[in-house]
Formats: sequence, C-alpha cells, structure tokens
Amino acid sequence: MTRIPIVIDGQTVEAERGSTVAAVLLDTGIWGFRSSVQNEPRGPVCGMGICFECRVTIDGVHHRRACMELCRAGMEIETGG
Amino acid sequence: MVETLRAEVTVVGAGPAGIAAACRAAEAGRRVLLLDENPRAGGQIWRGADRRRGSAVARRWLARLADSSARLVDTTAVVDLLGDRVLLTERQGEALVVESERLVIASGARELFLPFPGWTLPNVLGVGGAQALLKSGASFRRRTVVIAGSGPLLLPVAAALAGAGARLPLVAEQAPHARVRRFALSCWRFPEKLLEAARYRAAFLSTALRTGVWAVAARGVEAVALTDGRRRRIEPCDFLLASYGLVPNLELPRLLGCAVAGERVTVDDLQLTTVDNVYCAGEPTGIGGLELALVEGEIAGLAAGGADREAAALIGRRRRLERFQAALNSAFAPRRELAERVEAETTICRCEDVVSRRLDPAGSLRQAKLATRVGMGPCQGRVCGPALVFLRGWESDRVRPPLRVSTLGVLASRKPQDGN
Repeated sequence: MTRIPIVIDGQTVEAERGSTVAAVLLDTGIWGFRSSVQNEPRGPVCGMGICFECRVTIDGVHHRRACMELCRAGMEIETGG
Repeated sequence: MVETLRAEVTVVGAGPAGIAAACRAAEAGRRVLLLDENPRAGGQIWRGADRRRGSAVARRWLARLADSSARLVDTTAVVDLLGDRVLLTERQGEALVVESERLVIASGARELFLPFPGWTLPNVLGVGGAQALLKSGASFRRRTVVIAGSGPLLLPVAAALAGAGARLPLVAEQAPHARVRRFALSCWRFPEKLLEAARYRAAFLSTALRTGVWAVAARGVEAVALTDGRRRRIEPCDFLLASYGLVPNLELPRLLGCAVAGERVTVDDLQLTTVDNVYCAGEPTGIGGLELALVEGEIAGLAAGGADREAAALIGRRRRLERFQAALNSAFAPRRELAERVEAETTICRCEDVVSRRLDPAGSLRQAKLATRVGMGPCQGRVCGPALVFLRGWESDRVRPPLRVSTLGVLASRKPQDGN
C-alpha cells in the first residue's frame, strides 16, 4: 500500500492511496466533520454522497463531500466549517 | 462551448444493473456510455472491486464491462434534462451534455434513515454507510460497533466489520422474530441465499443476533438505548449503525417523466418505462437485491440495444427472483414503533435542523417546506423525504431540477428558454 501525505486542519498525516477523505478523517479520530445550522457536530452518515453531512473544505473549496473525494498527495482539508 | 457526448444507448448508474445493461447493449453492437457519479464502476455493493478484487460475480461483470466497447464516464452526475434524452451533467465542476437515442436508468437505492433522539450524533451511521466507509479505507479496528437496523444487509456488514477487527456486542434486527422466521422458511426455493446468509453469520458468531429489537435513543457519543418493546437496555458503543433497509433513487426517473407507483418506477416486461426509449432496471423498479438487479439490467440493455428476443428469454428468470423480492420486502418492513421514537425536539431534517415540533402545524410536505425549509437543504430531501413518508404519510412532491447541488457555470449551460 502506498501512503501519501495529506494535511488535516494544519496537521500532516499519512493516508493510504485510494482511501476517501471521510475514511481517513474517521481513522484520525475526527468524527465531527462540520457544524450544522444549529451548530451541532455532524459526521458521515450514508457514505455514498447522498446525505451531504460529511462536507469539509478541500484545498480552499467549501462543501466538498468527504466520502466522495479520494485522497491526493498534499491535499489540504479543513473540518468544522 | 459545452462539451457534448453522443451515444446510441446511455446507461445512468454503474452498479450491477447498469453494468449488466451497458455490457448487453454494447455486445448487441450499440455505442454505449455508462455514467456514474463515483470514480469507479461497481455501485455501492461492488465498491472497491475490480476484475481482480471482490466476489466472483463482481469480478466477472467488471471484467466483462472492461472488455466491452461501453465507455465509462466516471465522476459524472446528472443535473438536469435539456430535451428528450439530452442530459446536462456535471463532471469535475464542468458541464457535460450527453445526448442519446435510448436511456437506461439504473440509479440504484439509498438507505432508509428514520429519526430518533440522538440519530444526528456524529458517530451514528447507516449500516450501508459504515460498509461504504469500510470499503473506502476506514478501519473500525478495535471500535465497538452496535448494529441496530433492518434487512439482509445487516449480515454482510456485521461480517465485514468483524473481519476488520471491530468489536460487535450486538446485531439487532427490528423486524419481529416471527416475520424473519417466516421469511427464512420461504427461502427454501433460494438455497443459495440461505447459504450466503449462513456464511456471513459464521463470520460473527460470538456476537448476539436479536430480532424484534431496535434503538430508541443514542446517548452522548458513548451508548445506545435499545428495546424489544418491553424492556430497555443500554449498550455502550463507539459507533451505532442504524438504518432500515433501502429506498429507490427516483429523482432521475421522476425528472424524465416516468410513471412511479408505490415508490417504484412502472416498467413493462422489457423494462421499458412509460416514457418512450427510456428503460429502467434494478432497485428503482422495486428493491430486490443483486441477482434481480443483474437480470433486469441485462433485459434493459438487450431491449435498449434492439435485441428484444434475447431480452424476452430472460423474463422467466426475473419472475423467479421477483418472488424473493416480495417476501423480502414484507419481512423487513419497518415496524410502526419506530415512528413513536420521535420526540418534539427530535431533528427531522438534518440539513436545515428542523425539529419535529415545527412540522406539526403543516398538513403537507409542501406547506411544511414553505414554513420550515424541511427537505430544502443540500441533500434536497433525500434523507428526510422517505422518513416523512413513513412518519407522516407525506409523499414526496414532484422533483425540481437541478437534481444535485451544482455550480453556476454548469447551471448556466441550461437553455435560456428554461427561464434560468
């Protein structure tokens, strides 16, 4: 398995190539990916791009679904948005 | 200038039904495009499989697809309809128009989520959701996972999580024991299904498997309260998986104008919908599982490819599998008690954080939308819509484009006479 560096909230972590951003965030121990309208922490639910609960900011682009994005080397991910 | 692709047959959805349809239409000599939102073909059930990895049937079909002349157009989502069988899609933020003589819709299914106190906590996932995350690289190793849902999906997911090193104290099926037992007995016609179930069960034998038990509330991020209707018990866990079978993705067939009755697309013997040259196969015509999806896909692909006689030869096989489908759907129908879990302050619409109490004054989904924005967030009611059908009998109203959240650049490629 090839491991690639990605940046999560300013911290560099190693991710397995082919993993989705959602999978890597969960494994890093981050369960709350974003804040809801009423400021509740939310994380992935459907895992297949339907529910939009796993939205994060990727390389400055808001509202990317973490479950639909494969990790790329150097990718910068911000949670809690 | 917007990029345009043309085909004789375009198949939307590269799960088993779509792959079978694309293979069969291409083998019948048609120019075929196969669209999917994901980076790879396989759909949810074959996520992560390819011609070397995955079950035998997955490998066989994925190899057949790769060897066919059908062209996979990945990471592409249908956004709107521009004319008869002219699809506006989005691919990596860019508009892509797909024109074809015939369409096969194989849009698959999603999980049914039903609200209960605590279901929005970040460690409460769908059963299939957890499986998808597992197949996408999440580990779940040494995590304690309680599964409290419904349907045949519980078994392979429990087996996969056990295999991945998760701790599984409990797998709970909400359907009553008598219903599940009757279903299992009716499966004598389908010994291969019973064998498959037994094989999965063998993979998590040390876990309690209970019928007639469901989650009533998730607490904090550390435990779930369950009931069998009489007694409550608390089960500590890191993750709770709670979803209740599958519901078909009907947005695209509805947008195309296909008749839908009883939450399934109406099709004839050759999978033709009520719209000329538009076929439908797999879960949108009724939740029926892998084998039924494959045979429906083959029929639709052959018929769309002009090979009606070969398509008709497969109807008998489909009929046999439809009996299994009927038994399955009645056995695992969600029990009414699942609706009674909802409290005044329970969130119903996760996108807009609309709680149950705020929906009370409304008499229909339309009124509720105007008053609360329920179902109007990014998921566009894909999660709360089916839940509101179950909780309040509010049928989804008509689908409005765009089908997906999209960029202004993509939406700008719609024709000016659309008024947009």
